[in-house]
Amino acid sequence: MDITRKLEILADAAKYDASCASSGAARKDSRGSTGVGSTGGSGICHSYTPDGRCVSLLKVLMTNACLYDCHYCINRRSSNVTRARFTPDEVVQLTLDFYKRNYIEGLFLSSGIIRSADHTMELVIEIARKLREEHHFRGYIHLKTIPEASQALIALAGRYADRISINVELPTQQGLNTLAPEKNLARTEEAMGHIRGKIDERYAEKRKPDAPKPQPFATGQSTQMLVGADASTDATILGCADKLYTAHRLRRVYYSAFSPIPEPSSILPLKAPPLIREHRLYQADWLLRFYDFKVEEIASAAAPNLDLALDPKLSWALRNRETFPVDINKAAREMLLRIPGLGVRNVERIVSARRYTQLRLADLIRLRLQMKKLLPFIITADYHPAKVGLDSASLRARFLPPPEQLELNFDAPPKPAASDFLSVRSGEL
Amino acid sequence: MRTIVIEPEYEAWRIAARGLLEQRASPDQVLWTDDPQEVSMFIGEDAAAKKPAAEAIKVPSAFMDMAKSAAAHTDAKRWALLYRVLWRMTLGGERHLLSLATDREVRQMQDWCKAVGRDIHKMHAFVRFRLVSVDAVTGREQFVAWFEPDHRIVRLAAPFFEKRFAGMDWSILTPYACAHWNGKRLHFTAGVPRSSAPDEDALDDLWRTYYRNIFNPARVKISAMQSEMPKKYWKNLPEAPLIAELIAGSAGRVQGMLETEERPAKPAPNNAYLKSLHDMNRNETHQSTEESDKSCEM
Repeated sequence: MDITRKLEILADAAKYDASCASSGAARKDSRGSTGVGSTGGSGICHSYTPDGRCVSLLKVLMTNACLYDCHYCINRRSSNVTRARFTPDEVVQLTLDFYKRNYIEGLFLSSGIIRSADHTMELVIEIARKLREEHHFRGYIHLKTIPEASQALIALAGRYADRISINVELPTQQGLNTLAPEKNLARTEEAMGHIRGKIDERYAEKRKPDAPKPQPFATGQSTQMLVGADASTDATILGCADKLYTAHRLRRVYYSAFSPIPEPSSILPLKAPPLIREHRLYQADWLLRFYDFKVEEIASAAAPNLDLALDPKLSWALRNRETFPVDINKAAREMLLRIPGLGVRNVERIVSARRYTQLRLADLIRLRLQMKKLLPFIITADYHPAKVGLDSASLRARFLPPPEQLELNFDAPPKPAASDFLSVRSGEL
Repeated sequence: MRTIVIEPEYEAWRIAARGLLEQRASPDQVLWTDDPQEVSMFIGEDAAAKKPAAEAIKVPSAFMDMAKSAAAHTDAKRWALLYRVLWRMTLGGERHLLSLATDREVRQMQDWCKAVGRDIHKMHAFVRFRLVSVDAVTGREQFVAWFEPDHRIVRLAAPFFEKRFAGMDWSILTPYACAHWNGKRLHFTAGVPRSSAPDEDALDDLWRTYYRNIFNPARVKISAMQSEMPKKYWKNLPEAPLIAELIAGSAGRVQGMLETEERPAKPAPNNAYLKSLHDMNRNETHQSTEESDKSCEM
């Protein structure tokens, strides 16, 4: 099989992994070496495909042959997809050739599981080793690891990689038992805990002034959860994400709306969730990480799923109208962050400007804030919303898109909220 | 009224602005221009220049960083506005001015910085190097790229390429300036026409193969793609010609997936590792029957 055919198969096999981040790596570059590569700035998206996703890394599988039978996955053993396998040198050469032409930030290497977890990990690690040690490649490497692989191999993977990840795939063991009978949540979490330990060690050692240079290790780990493949609610999904962020300090949890695959399984009939659900989960994820929201505030037992029509912050504000209006000139930073339509960056601008001046509506307009969204929730030096407007039941209706527009939104999601720009800037999502 | 000719580079503005500030020249007394032709109309007016003031004027470094970036913008008003903001922050007594994103002039400066920053970021992303030769003596690969930035960013964007591609020789050509790296020195030359750069690279086909196959036809979001990769860049991206056909073919491909007969689950092959996994899972399920819905949420 020639390299073009292998690339077709093994890129197609890798595209269901949403992660493409190339940010958050330690600063390194190729100066003074014969190689190429640098990391440590913000991530760079070198292209975009018409699915709206960024192309940052060469994302391929080493092989799509797989012992496992995960029914949402095109590469499961029951699928009739054509199988292929790269040699280590083929992946190395592709990575270097693509990198030197500035097509990519680096390599995201994953693999189907062949023979055993350890055997597969060894093959994947060998490719990263060759890139780093034989070709002095200093670009970004993201390695997918297998929870059942030995700790020594995970440590070795982390030594060559900037990021390592294990996909949770589904937020409950029940879901995994049905759809991914080889996978186990407890073992995944155990492995994540171990990886967190290695990452913490790396940073801890770094702080001691006279300590020897820490063993290199990836700077972060991430994971992915499928949305809509099982019956899990948004509350369950976000609860799982929140736990992973706090317990194992993950850099990112990716949410991937289950989409039809060319080799459908009889156990998982094709029924794609609306893409907008994935978008709302990302917005909620941002609220958890950057806006100090708690999962229960966004998705509770009583209302376990996010409102698809409104962004989760606006939904929260409408459910908590007694909290508003908030005085832009006096409120604490944490409260400003809770105002619909105000992103982290504009909150900083407001906090810094109000030390010198009383902010008026005209000032907010100059910041190009979303005034229509803001007005019912804020007080400025020259403005106070009419009480009746804020309390009226029609407030929610005011923010709902007209019905036909909602239809369109599945293809073109609503205009991004300020919080989305963070993700766009970091090259993620 | 004095006229200051600025080579469209930050350094020239900085030197001129410092001199003016020392002479306590009010922004209203200065005309700034990128165009040396205009200067003949004002020659001789400099005679009225005052002597420099004795004490040095302190300028916050945050301003200098912003000015450096804003200076790369192509807006002809930038030199005047930069000087006005500088004057307000120093002689005007508004030392905290940069904290006021609500100020019209600060906002304008921030907008320029943002546009320039985005342009640099897109240059880092969308430059495509083409292999032109391998140096017979050094054995180093030599690459040439063509890029069309919106602003005068080549000098600001080039250090990134030096760090990243130290191990190869490269040139990035643009209509107004070019950057070159030979393993030792980064240097700049004047702009060249498009025809000076190669159109293709032998690897472009393989790259297009990757692009075609990493695309998921089941989730088309064209506006998301275009907001980050506007059409103006497409003509210099080897993968862009595929976009139309990928979009056109996506609905049919998804329909094909939906019409595909579902595959039944195959029995597990005889593999020791797989057996051990199944045993482990059975035992763990057995142990946790008490917790009927064991979830990561707990």
